[in-house]
Amino acid sequence: MPFRSSAMPHRPPAVNRPGRRRGVGTAIGLVLLLGLSSCSPRSEARGTECVAPANPGGGWDLTCRVTARILNQTDALPGVMRTVNMPGAGGGVAFAHAVARRGGDATVLFAASPATTLRLAQGQYGPLQATDVRWLGALGAEYGIVAVASDSPWEDLGELMEAWRARPDSIVVSGGSAIVGQDHMKILLLAREAGIEPRRIRYVPFDGGGEALTALVGGFVEVFSGEASEVEAYLETGAVRVLAVLAPEPLDGLLAGVPTARESGYPVEWVTWRGFYLPGGLQEAEYREWEARLERVGRSEEWARARAQARLRPFHLVGPDFESFVMEQVSEFGNLARDLGLLDGAGRGGRGP
Amino acid sequence: MMESLGQLGMGFAVALQPLNLALALGGVLVGTVVGMLPGIGPINAIAILLPLLFAGGLPPESSLILLAGIYYGSQYGNSISTILLNVPGTASAVVTALDGHAMTRAGRGGEALALSAVSSFVGGTLSILGLVFLAPVLASWAVRFGPAEYFALMIFAFAALSSLSGESVPRALASTGLGLLLATVGMDPQSAVPRFTFGQLRLFDGVDFVVVTIGLFAVSEILLTLDRTTWGRAAVSAFGRVRLGMSELWGMALTLLRGSVVGFLVGVLPGAGGTLASFMSYGIEQKMAGSDGRFGEGDPRGVAAPESANNAAANGAMIPLLTLGIPGSGTTAVLLGALLGMNVTPGPLLMERSPELFWGLVASMYVGNVFLLLLNLPLVGVFVRVLRLPAWVLMPGVAALSFVSVYAVNGSAFDLVLVTLFGALGYLMRKGGFPLAPVILGLVLGPLMEKNLRRALALSGGEWGVMFTSTLSVALWAAAVAALVLPWAFERTRRFRRAAGAETD
Repeated sequence: MPFRSSAMPHRPPAVNRPGRRRGVGTAIGLVLLLGLSSCSPRSEARGTECVAPANPGGGWDLTCRVTARILNQTDALPGVMRTVNMPGAGGGVAFAHAVARRGGDATVLFAASPATTLRLAQGQYGPLQATDVRWLGALGAEYGIVAVASDSPWEDLGELMEAWRARPDSIVVSGGSAIVGQDHMKILLLAREAGIEPRRIRYVPFDGGGEALTALVGGFVEVFSGEASEVEAYLETGAVRVLAVLAPEPLDGLLAGVPTARESGYPVEWVTWRGFYLPGGLQEAEYREWEARLERVGRSEEWARARAQARLRPFHLVGPDFESFVMEQVSEFGNLARDLGLLDGAGRGGRGP
Repeated sequence: MMESLGQLGMGFAVALQPLNLALALGGVLVGTVVGMLPGIGPINAIAILLPLLFAGGLPPESSLILLAGIYYGSQYGNSISTILLNVPGTASAVVTALDGHAMTRAGRGGEALALSAVSSFVGGTLSILGLVFLAPVLASWAVRFGPAEYFALMIFAFAALSSLSGESVPRALASTGLGLLLATVGMDPQSAVPRFTFGQLRLFDGVDFVVVTIGLFAVSEILLTLDRTTWGRAAVSAFGRVRLGMSELWGMALTLLRGSVVGFLVGVLPGAGGTLASFMSYGIEQKMAGSDGRFGEGDPRGVAAPESANNAAANGAMIPLLTLGIPGSGTTAVLLGALLGMNVTPGPLLMERSPELFWGLVASMYVGNVFLLLLNLPLVGVFVRVLRLPAWVLMPGVAALSFVSVYAVNGSAFDLVLVTLFGALGYLMRKGGFPLAPVILGLVLGPLMEKNLRRALALSGGEWGVMFTSTLSVALWAAAVAALVLPWAFERTRRFRRAAGAETD
């Protein structure tokens, strides 16, 4: 029997008189309107804003919300700081907003991380440059790690890299970020140190570290590239083995005793810092003022607690030092991308010069 | 097993304290109001409230209960705008809209709303049983689900839904194709290369699902109403009964059971979640009903199946969240954030190390679910009265609701232009008899399908054989073929028998 889908036009049933029930309907309408009026994400700027270039719930969002909360408890700000979510293009929408709309505006702060600098270096924000904004500072960081399943034959990074060099095609890596994203870059850096041709590295991107790690535990891949916090929950079960941390020094806590990549003979570090930039065109005094505010947040007890909760490690770099750190990082990432032949065609991963 | 039951009992003891009950009630109320705005949805509502909760110093269990209340409230609020106004805000609500709104047009809106609340409740209850008895088994099952298996599951979903749209298969295919095309707009999920963005930064994240849904469904609905309204007559007239008969519910017991089982199992798979669950349960119900069903025209089973499945999936998603630390859906991602904020790391050992938290969370979800039922069943009659508004009040209201919701998603005026375009497209599609739901299905499942296909091939080094290497994937492929062939075969035999019967007469 043929039946119509709801998408087909319907004739409306006959008329009905609104009657005395109308009051109730109006009341519901009013409730709806009340709901509406309180939900607009962006209203006229009063006080200051922290723009998280992603949806609520992620790292950038957290960076903003925690910082705003701490600043609001002090008298460092003229008004109340609100967090505004501006998702899009891996931070590109917010970056473009900062450059095009907020130049010279000292009431707004944007959350950032190496995902931002990596995209800038690979030209993924279109024509926009790292120098189009002012880099303010970073307050915490995570470090990269390389892990294998516990039944894997490799006991340390050296063994893994040896095997890799011998047969690059037989090893598949999983990670939580896209191709030429952070997790892929970590592996490419290691490959470069080991003299493996980057194009022979087989990397499979998953949606976040959790899924990538599950692929490792499920036996679908041989190696996992990710962040320290992502593997911690798995360590105690004995399902995975962390071969190296990509940090300047060994980490404490659950990862204590895991050597750094440098100690294993492959001097590669990956710092996933959490920080901020300001719009360009600020006066020096305004920049100094923000610097002082961020210093204050970074040194507070509150931040130390929030940082520990978010599983970040200490990483304090604020002001001009941070600016030069970022510029150096962007040019380093750019060089790396060129070396690896990634920059041809806006990070397309095609053939290099 | 008895141990699990005992711990669940402890969880309930916590959830039933007076403060927590009050929080659950408040959460459900707030959630219902917020949920009526489709763009905000449970995820954002919870994410925005989270920092407040931590700052407010509520104990962890109480925060979780409040969150659970908000979650269920907003799911239901979304059902209200979906069923009564045809403004679905989540992908799973799109399925409910098919028959839910058709019921409203037939004057059975109250019944549909009550059914939605009861189905959610049944789905929640059955899936909690699933959690108690099956959690450890299913956690290891979820790990075995690799990219090839996911891809086969998607194929099965599309096969099960091949008749979602009714009689015209070519038109349904065209709609699905449109959805899949729309899904490719934006940054390629694997390599972050922009596709079909025309240099617009706004398009880098693709076309937001809410924009497409509200445009296709709600805006086109307004245009259609314009088409057929003169002098502001009421859009919908009769209300019919608000209450659900017990006998009717009994008649739907099997539908609810199937919906809950399918929803729970699909919910366990990270990434698939509620959308796939509700679409699949609808498709399965439709196939089972065969020509007895009036799906798409206001069949109550078309509301019961996706609503129970969706809720069961929410509980199923707790398994990968708590045992693997992988959020299976947007909501569980936010819950994960909440747990991390409480210094609890979800992971394989969570159930052993802090069972009180695991079962406390489950109990909170259930208490939220019960409150939803208690609070909203009596209110159904009130909600339905919104339809008594004359069209000249209601339709501008729906328009305002749609545009504010769309703006609320990204705070982007560009989306307002898009939603208008999709509204016009939806209007033309409806005029041309093209079904809308397959567009959403393609849009939601497209990226998942693409990602998993590419992952599977990347893992195998380009060997297509990888699709059929595990028993699980072979079984799913077989199920997909069965879903395509069996209804056709049944129809053939039935026709044959009828013909044979006619001859003997």
